[in-house]
Amino acid sequence: MQLVVLIKQTFDTEEKIELVNGTASEQNVKFIINPYDEYALEEALRLREAHGGTVTVVSCGPDRTVEALRTALAMGADEAVLLSADGLQGDDGYAVGAALAKVVEQLKPDLLLAGLFAVDRGAGSVALQIAERLGLPQAAAALKVEVKDAGAGGGADGKSLSPSGASWAGGGVKQVAVVERDTEWGAQTVEVPLPALITAQQGLNEPRYPSLPGIMKAKKKPLKQISASELGLAADDLAPRTERVALQGPPVRAAGRKLAGTPQEQAAQLADLLQREAKLF
Amino acid sequence: MSDTNTGKQTALVYAECAEGSLRRVALEALGAARLLVGDGGSVHAVVVGGGASAAAALQTAAAELAARGAEVVHVVDDPALAGFAPEAYAAAIGAAVAAVQPSIIVLGHTAAGRELAPRVAAAVSGGHIADVTAVDVAAGGGAAAIFTRPLYAGKAFEQRRFLPGAPQVITVRPNNLPVAEPVAPGSEGTVAALAYSAPPLWTIVRDVVRKASGRIDLAEADIIVSGGRGVRSADGFAPLEELAAVVGGAVGASRGACDAGYCDYSLQIGQTGKTVTPKLYIACGISGAIQHLAGMSQSRVIVAINKDPEAPIFGVADYGIVGDLFEVVPLLTEQFRALLGNPGS
Repeated sequence: MQLVVLIKQTFDTEEKIELVNGTASEQNVKFIINPYDEYALEEALRLREAHGGTVTVVSCGPDRTVEALRTALAMGADEAVLLSADGLQGDDGYAVGAALAKVVEQLKPDLLLAGLFAVDRGAGSVALQIAERLGLPQAAAALKVEVKDAGAGGGADGKSLSPSGASWAGGGVKQVAVVERDTEWGAQTVEVPLPALITAQQGLNEPRYPSLPGIMKAKKKPLKQISASELGLAADDLAPRTERVALQGPPVRAAGRKLAGTPQEQAAQLADLLQREAKLF
Repeated sequence: MSDTNTGKQTALVYAECAEGSLRRVALEALGAARLLVGDGGSVHAVVVGGGASAAAALQTAAAELAARGAEVVHVVDDPALAGFAPEAYAAAIGAAVAAVQPSIIVLGHTAAGRELAPRVAAAVSGGHIADVTAVDVAAGGGAAAIFTRPLYAGKAFEQRRFLPGAPQVITVRPNNLPVAEPVAPGSEGTVAALAYSAPPLWTIVRDVVRKASGRIDLAEADIIVSGGRGVRSADGFAPLEELAAVVGGAVGASRGACDAGYCDYSLQIGQTGKTVTPKLYIACGISGAIQHLAGMSQSRVIVAINKDPEAPIFGVADYGIVGDLFEVVPLLTEQFRALLGNPGS
């Protein structure tokens, strides 16, 4: 199987955000692979172990992103592609989605995987915009993934399923992904035809650490760097649709008071304050 | 498309239903849409569903939207929409977009809204501003409207706007924007069926294991009782669940509690996990790691119960109790049971 994983390099979740001149300072910041993307990568590695094939990691970002891609290669990915964020407004999902869609299309994946969202911007928009552009079905917030051969009607158990809209799908449904996904209304199991997009929810798996031999091998694995201008996209496709006006720290929260007394007195005081002072009840 | 800078604005609201009734976030989205188009503009809504009992529920939802300022409510009732197949739902919104030609499309930032909005944005070649917590139209609507949204789960906030001419898609975070108020009697909107033909279906819903009925979703809960490593075991959540039941809240957890296996990851609140903004957040046995604080410190009132007086959680808490949660929480439950006259169960 051709497996492609979209990853993003983000600040470590334990980092504080220091604002300098209206942007988040990167001084002394530890960067990681977005944790949700790490679940996606781990799942791709497991699917390759079960079904064979190659895992390609793709990212859009500044030069420092090479480090995240090397980590992904050390975990076991076969190849990496870095789309330079130069000339792309990286905080606008439209332009990034357009450019990444082109990269993914050239890789013709059977399965595209990504994190449910990135812990920095938190929009969870780009991967789904790519799916829309490429005609890929989606199964979001996956907790369990299985790839199977398609049944007679496309789906398993003779149910009918239309083929993926990917231009490289090649007609008919050959394989399906059975995905258990986390929704607000419960755990839902769906079946989608490949090629498709699956986004990873926390709990999907436990990502492996890069091994020492893995780190050594990663140095020799292919890491291709490309720029958006090489993709042959129209100017309008790369034109951002939104822009940042300002960036601020969160409203400062002053520490309140600690309630004294016996546990009984504390509980009584708290209930009273929540009712009379905070007017919540 | 209507002009995005000046003149009459038209908005389309995807009004999400759950378990046959309109979600509150749908009314919050409608409120945002009315604000964005201003007095001269018009707001349309679309409600979507299918299956045996859908028709009556959709009509009830549509009537409520019409009574709260939707000029036209488009109803899409089709068997393909009985279960959540994103491609079928996105196509229903697409049919409404084609009929209404909106300059802005508003959805809730819910599980479904987060799946649909990016597809809708890509389909109309528009921008997507996600997880909006505030809308400012002081300088005007259209490209002048300013949207506030959290970054790093709330460690920072950014203001964004759409560039002129770009079709606009926003998703609004539940619990943050005011719901649309009812309009004067006699000025209610109309309800109309919208023609729809299902796209090729890519999703077979095989099975849904529903959550316990009556369980309140964390994103929409007014009150959250949350547990950390201090609960010490899965059974340790029992007093928290009891308190939540008495005050009508939901139970959440820190990453520490989830990683230790005391509860399911779906309860996790923080930068990984869910970001929540309830009216009241009660943190029990949670120390307050920075990634947890990011996910909950925008709550209106925060209570912390922790043995360690130096725990960082006290730095953001309005009211703190230094003590053993297993002692304090049941006493608090008793207080609320007496206060609310609610037997709890």
